[in-house]
Amino acid sequence: MSSGSSSISAPPVGLGNQPVLEVTDLAVRFTRRGEADTRAVDGVSFSVAPGETIGLVGESGCGKSVTSLAVMGLLPKRNVQVSGSVRLDGQELVGADAETLRGLRGADMAMVFQDPLSSLNPTVPIGTQVTEVLLEHRDMTRKEAVDEAARLLDRVGIPDPLRRLKEYPHQLSGGMRQRALIAMALSCSPRLLIADEPTTALDVTIQAQILELLRELVVDSGTALVMITHDLGVVAGLCDRVHVMYAGKIIETADRHELFARPRQPYTGGLLASVPRLDSPRGAPLTPIRGSARDTIAWADGCAFAPRCDSAQDDCLTEVAGSTVELVPDGPRRELRCRHPIEYPPAPAGATAPGAAR
Amino acid sequence: MTATATPADQRGEPLLRVQGLKVHFPIKRGIFVDRTVGHVRAVDGVDLSIDRGTTYGLVGESGCGKSTLGRAILRLVEPTAGSVVFDGTDVAALRGEPLRKMRRRMQMVFQDPLGSLDPRQNVESLLSEPLRAHGLDGGNAGIAAHIRTLLDAVGLPVAALRRYPHEFSGGQRQRIGIARSIALEPDLLIADEPVSALDVSVQAQVVNLLEELQERLGLTYLVIAHDLAVVRHISDVVGVMYLGSLVEQAPADDLYEEPLHPYTRALMSAVPVPDPVVEGSRERILLAGDLPSPANPPNGCRFHTRCPWRQETRCDDEVPVLRELAPARFVSCHWAEEIRDGVLRPKAPEEVAAIQGVHVAATGVGPVETDALVQGIDQPIERT
Repeated sequence: MSSGSSSISAPPVGLGNQPVLEVTDLAVRFTRRGEADTRAVDGVSFSVAPGETIGLVGESGCGKSVTSLAVMGLLPKRNVQVSGSVRLDGQELVGADAETLRGLRGADMAMVFQDPLSSLNPTVPIGTQVTEVLLEHRDMTRKEAVDEAARLLDRVGIPDPLRRLKEYPHQLSGGMRQRALIAMALSCSPRLLIADEPTTALDVTIQAQILELLRELVVDSGTALVMITHDLGVVAGLCDRVHVMYAGKIIETADRHELFARPRQPYTGGLLASVPRLDSPRGAPLTPIRGSARDTIAWADGCAFAPRCDSAQDDCLTEVAGSTVELVPDGPRRELRCRHPIEYPPAPAGATAPGAAR
Repeated sequence: MTATATPADQRGEPLLRVQGLKVHFPIKRGIFVDRTVGHVRAVDGVDLSIDRGTTYGLVGESGCGKSTLGRAILRLVEPTAGSVVFDGTDVAALRGEPLRKMRRRMQMVFQDPLGSLDPRQNVESLLSEPLRAHGLDGGNAGIAAHIRTLLDAVGLPVAALRRYPHEFSGGQRQRIGIARSIALEPDLLIADEPVSALDVSVQAQVVNLLEELQERLGLTYLVIAHDLAVVRHISDVVGVMYLGSLVEQAPADDLYEEPLHPYTRALMSAVPVPDPVVEGSRERILLAGDLPSPANPPNGCRFHTRCPWRQETRCDDEVPVLRELAPARFVSCHWAEEIRDGVLRPKAPEEVAAIQGVHVAATGVGPVETDALVQGIDQPIERT
């Protein structure tokens, strides 16, 4: 991965770079009178360097989408408590006023949502929706904005862009709508792009097109990309660094190759073993994870995954061990939140994990 | 039917034989007079047969007609033409009481368990309804006993009986849906996207349950899904659909070993594999553009507008037939042999787009309405 010629003078992507986004100890609590608070996100920290792609992986309800909304400052003000710190190029976003956030959103950070039909305004032509961003953030005349919008649509692979600009969202297919949304997100060359399940609602052949597009963008413009998904296949192809989330906390962090070859958290291992793979021999039985994402305990009482975990022992509970389970460094560039991780024999070369066995 | 189907039984008549099945939906216009201005050819001439005790997997993108095909087999939508022979009886010609009786032997598992279970019925009532409707297991005691065995079969506790669908998780709801569909001990189970609304860790539980039930009850499955890995995992024979017709049919292992049709190749190469080593090295065939509208399908081979192997001759104007290329391997492509042997090379998607010009644009091209109904509505349910 290298940054090409772009307006952003991104130095060759190294890992010691100044990160674009730094999230520290982010927590989101939903409060409601007469009910216990819901901790949707509970002390999440990660950072993204220019040109880097990180993945937030987890099942429904693990807090990955709330994390992204909190970063963008899109959560409602009422009944929501956001704490911790989110820094975009050093600028603090948590607690920033609406005006500042408004200036940043669309210009320096942008987001692509899961469902393109409900995130586009159905009563406004695509062209107006794309030029709106340009007029707001880049001092352009309407004429220039239209030209620029056509160029953007062309760049994301929409044929005949000038005609498309006059059309309404329902006249575009799912893949086209997602492309239009990506074009809007890219219109001001943001430093940070958050993609929240950008391909979940699409077919596999269209998904392949969109992923290819995102991959090119990161390489060409050095944009930092946060990819939120539940699909481990998408992560394997796109992300440099992966954070696995469960019940609002990050439970494992590793580089892509490391994570898939040697998952340490039993949850990560379980996820990998429970997906049928196209390139594995047929008839190999799947090993599901017991129970469902509802069967959790509070992190204060111990490991939230313990009720579903096969290697759970008594000291996974706080009252037995006397302390909560912490996220601790686990080898080079790895972090792990588990007391009884999956162990691998110390044979480094070419070892493959049971979950990734072919 | 029992689990001990003899080999001779299997060799003979397949349990289900579909021939030339067509489902066309009219597109109506006009305020006072309903004029039919065209047809959406959701299913356009499909032949398939399923042997007893086996699983047939049907894959394709949204809008290709796979769900409509499943529904037409059960007569949940009326077929326009063709025959559906189930165990020697033509289902497409049945009506009234005989059709209702026949439904006892063919059941369906739906995609969205929350949408297909009545929120006001508790589990006991949900499971006893089919039994009462068909007058089985006379008496309340018999029904109660039967329901308990059903819950046991799908791995739900007896305490579930008094609870309502919203009290369960997605995986458990799908178990209720499966229990309901096997309540009448059917021969054929049509599962329409049985796991696509479920979380990854729960999918495997339901897939394993379906396999276990098939072994125990000798069920025959038609599994409709867009997830190729899941279909490959549970199917014996796989059929690939594109715009209302089958483009390829083969035993699961052969199909994944060596896909013959260009569409199958592209589809397979588009599925991401959860392994960065494989991801880094595998060949990807990107397709240009989107699925054309089934209301206005392309002439000739329906895939020619997106096909990287399209040739100047035949592809544009001659409809390929489903032919047997090797034993049990059916493919509908004029150039299947040449593509298999590597004589023909694929073009880049940009090249295909350039040649086809406006054809590769979205489905909205042309005078045809492009609403969700016309394009097909069986998109996978999104998760958050």
